[in-house]
Amino acid sequence: MLLEVKNLHAGYGQTRVLHGMDFTLEKGSITALLGANGAGKTTTLRALCAMVKTGGEIRFDGERIDGRATEDIVRLGVAHVPDGRGTFLNLSTEENLRLGAYTRRDRKAVEADLARVFGYFPRLRERRGQQAGTLSGGEQQMLAVSRALMLAPKLMLLDEPSFGLAPLLVRELFSILRDIRSREGVSMLLVEQNAAMALELADRAYLIETGRVVLEGTSQELKRNDAVRRSYLGY
Amino acid sequence: MEAFLHQVMAGLATGGIYASLALALVMIYQATHLVNFAQGEMAMFSTYIAWSLINAGMPYWPAFLLTVAISFLLGIVIERIVIRPVENAPVLAVVVVFIALLVILNSLTGWIYTYTIKSFPSPFPQEMALGRFMSPHELGAIGVTLLVLLALYAFFRFTPLGLAMRAAAQNPVSSRLVGIRVGWMLALGWGLAAAVGAVAGMMVAPIVYLDPNMMGGVLLYAFAAALVGGIDSPAGAVVGGFVVGVLENVLGAFVIGNELKLSVALVLIIGVLLFKPSGFFGKVHVTRV
Repeated sequence: MLLEVKNLHAGYGQTRVLHGMDFTLEKGSITALLGANGAGKTTTLRALCAMVKTGGEIRFDGERIDGRATEDIVRLGVAHVPDGRGTFLNLSTEENLRLGAYTRRDRKAVEADLARVFGYFPRLRERRGQQAGTLSGGEQQMLAVSRALMLAPKLMLLDEPSFGLAPLLVRELFSILRDIRSREGVSMLLVEQNAAMALELADRAYLIETGRVVLEGTSQELKRNDAVRRSYLGY
Repeated sequence: MEAFLHQVMAGLATGGIYASLALALVMIYQATHLVNFAQGEMAMFSTYIAWSLINAGMPYWPAFLLTVAISFLLGIVIERIVIRPVENAPVLAVVVVFIALLVILNSLTGWIYTYTIKSFPSPFPQEMALGRFMSPHELGAIGVTLLVLLALYAFFRFTPLGLAMRAAAQNPVSSRLVGIRVGWMLALGWGLAAAVGAVAGMMVAPIVYLDPNMMGGVLLYAFAAALVGGIDSPAGAVVGGFVVGVLENVLGAFVIGNELKLSVALVLIIGVLLFKPSGFFGKVHVTRV
């Protein structure tokens, strides 16, 4: 198991959002967290990299990472594509990408990765010198995914990569994510409201309601589940 | 005409010094959104360190470099010990800390070195260089200032650490997510600002002489320079520095007289805040409420 989470609690100030989440993620897999608005999906991702106050046990690659600083968790190879994309608006596209590789010391590999990322998203190569704040929403989403890739991560945490994208772009982005997983073996924890797309991409999924896991299984199993079908897939 | 040119040149020289200090203010402002009122006193204290080193027999340039290095470390120490604890405090609390820092550094210097005015050496030769227009020290000060500004520009523009510092100032959350130690970037920013201030102090000291209150006026001009340029624009601060330096000198010599020179800075500050709060190079900030 690459990621093992036991009894995860988290919240903002006095407000508790997660009430003991348990889930795991197998190495090389894509696992989806599904749920309605406010169920605690984004908070779960934030808790994994210590962006909110958390309790419980988080193991990454066998090591306890709960209680460590965000910067140190990132250094273990956890790349977060955050809610809202997290673009460095005043920096150029290329500077944004180079920041993704900030912790790496293997200069040559970084240059190769930059070329590879431009291969996945040729649009970003065209916009290389452009101020990132002037990119469109879709381009910024590609930039966020690319910045995460520049870390050469073991695990990517993807917070609603489909948010605000046109359906065609979502399809394109998800097919690139699939490519990245199969070519580079990067594991992914995917948070999505677009359950249909997420279940297409993911191997396993967890359904979250009010800060707890209420259902888990392979994507196939969840697609066939009547409750999931009615509430989240809409047919 | 000759007198006028002379005043313009002298203005450029002091303007360079204001530009450096203004840049130090802007660097701290970009990271914290606060103006460090103690920036001038930090520079003054650094200049006294240089004075001690030179008096102890060290040649000028080694003393200069050592002072810059010590100031850099002191800047980091101040950030870690004094500023860090009030990181999330309300604005006014931090401002009070800045003012306390100002008073403490001022008194500490007076206590150690007394308030007697001292002369501070210039590393540049005594005889006139550019004919009648500019003293060698003024020319040298401009040169040193430009070198510092160029070095800073190159650092922030072309090095990974410089990029990380800019990122940390702009977007701390995303910076942590790519592994940047944001707290240390702030401390480094303080170190750099202190180092730049130290250069400004050592360059202005031969002109205004060394005493614990020497930076009071200079900081006001630097503050005016930063505001004219736009408090969030490094390039603006530099341009503003030179503009303020020339204005101060020319107006002081020909229009309002030397005694009222400082009011130029005050008028500029009030004028800019009233009519163009974002300065001439700064961004206009719009906030939804």
